[in-house]
Amino acid sequence: MNKLYPSAEAALQGVLHDGMLIASGGFGLCGIPERLLKAIQTSGVKDLTFASNNAGIDNEGIGMLLRTRQVKKMISSYVGENKEFERQYLAGELEVEFCPQGTLAERMRAGGAGIPGFYTRTGFGTLVAEGKEIKSFDGEDYVLERGIFADLAIAKAWKADETGNLVFRKTARNFNLPALTCGKIAVVEVEEIVPAGSLDPDQIHLPGVYVQRMVMGAPYDKKIEFVTTRERESTR
Amino acid sequence: MSWTRDQMAARAAQELQDGFYVNLGIGIPTLVANHIPENIHVTLQSENGMLGIGPFPYPDEVDADLINAGKQTISELPHSAYFDSAQSFAMIRGGHIDLTVLGAMEVSQNGDIANWMIPGKLIKGMGGAMDLVAGVKKIICVMEHVSKHGEPKFIPECTLPLTGKNVIDMLITDLAVFQRPDHSSPFRLIELAPGVTADEVSARTNAIYLS
Repeated sequence: MNKLYPSAEAALQGVLHDGMLIASGGFGLCGIPERLLKAIQTSGVKDLTFASNNAGIDNEGIGMLLRTRQVKKMISSYVGENKEFERQYLAGELEVEFCPQGTLAERMRAGGAGIPGFYTRTGFGTLVAEGKEIKSFDGEDYVLERGIFADLAIAKAWKADETGNLVFRKTARNFNLPALTCGKIAVVEVEEIVPAGSLDPDQIHLPGVYVQRMVMGAPYDKKIEFVTTRERESTR
Repeated sequence: MSWTRDQMAARAAQELQDGFYVNLGIGIPTLVANHIPENIHVTLQSENGMLGIGPFPYPDEVDADLINAGKQTISELPHSAYFDSAQSFAMIRGGHIDLTVLGAMEVSQNGDIANWMIPGKLIKGMGGAMDLVAGVKKIICVMEHVSKHGEPKFIPECTLPLTGKNVIDMLITDLAVFQRPDHSSPFRLIELAPGVTADEVSARTNAIYLS
């Protein structure tokens, strides 16, 4: 079965619908599935809920879809550095469910692993626990959190072989891996597609069983939010 | 003479031990990395998926795929390891990280911390702070002793929405250090900044503590 599609638009053909829940990878602008997000914007699909750690920045990442008013709700842990997000949120046009970062990652992992709920210490005694079941184990209280079962998962990886085995690069792995596991259908964009057999089977980060569709997204012009450097010691 | 931000960070760095795995928050906690004693080896964790954070890169080695939790470019070390966000927080929540240093808006006398939300002001989110205070073995909080308006921040009960309940082990301010041996004991004043008296600390604190 061919998992490789000629474009991001083609890779999303037939899977988008209004009001759907999309799990997306990326941390800030690092490792965001920018080609797929652009294709979702172009499709015009709306009332979307995104489970994504962040909401992009102005006109980058999910920020693009905020600008075109295609997002109804965000499930995120941190949404700073985004003026349009602030405007829509303060105007009551955008719903936000704040979810602790580790709980969000685990909700994706759990959904992908067929686990509908789990108990965590995170958020106990805070606003995050309000309205949720609390259960005591060995004298400690834990909060019941739900797994995420997304209609669609989108992510970016570094390399894929033809069967969808994936390798990520450095800290661009982040939410891309758990997000891909929790979608009814998972679509990934990559920087390079290599023939089956050229990736070391011991070095695969996510096996192709989780991936239904792929698109080659290169060349990428990767954005950096804060470039911080040190001086090279003088060689004189 | 109160401690500067850098001196507060240096004081927090004294709590590091050889072999520790450590997560540093954003702000003053980040400065702790500049004060790691030379005779010990500490591995820094970045919650976006890395152990072994290296220094900022040289200008020609900047890599968009290599950033810290503050979204700044960083570099890797020979022993660095990368992993996904679920794995990152499994090690945080699961008690595998020895120590975290976090900033705060308020700390209460029973160890509650508030550092993510001011009602009525724009909410940016808690990021990984709730997970860190829920799972890391030792939680150190670093903050100014009083607010810009001179209001005490170490108080009987937090007025702001909590990040975690009964989680703080040590509080370092610009005036003093408070510590408690376990989560059912009160904090004790254990150290004063040079030239600061216990009475001055008491006058700027509403929380009850042992001295």
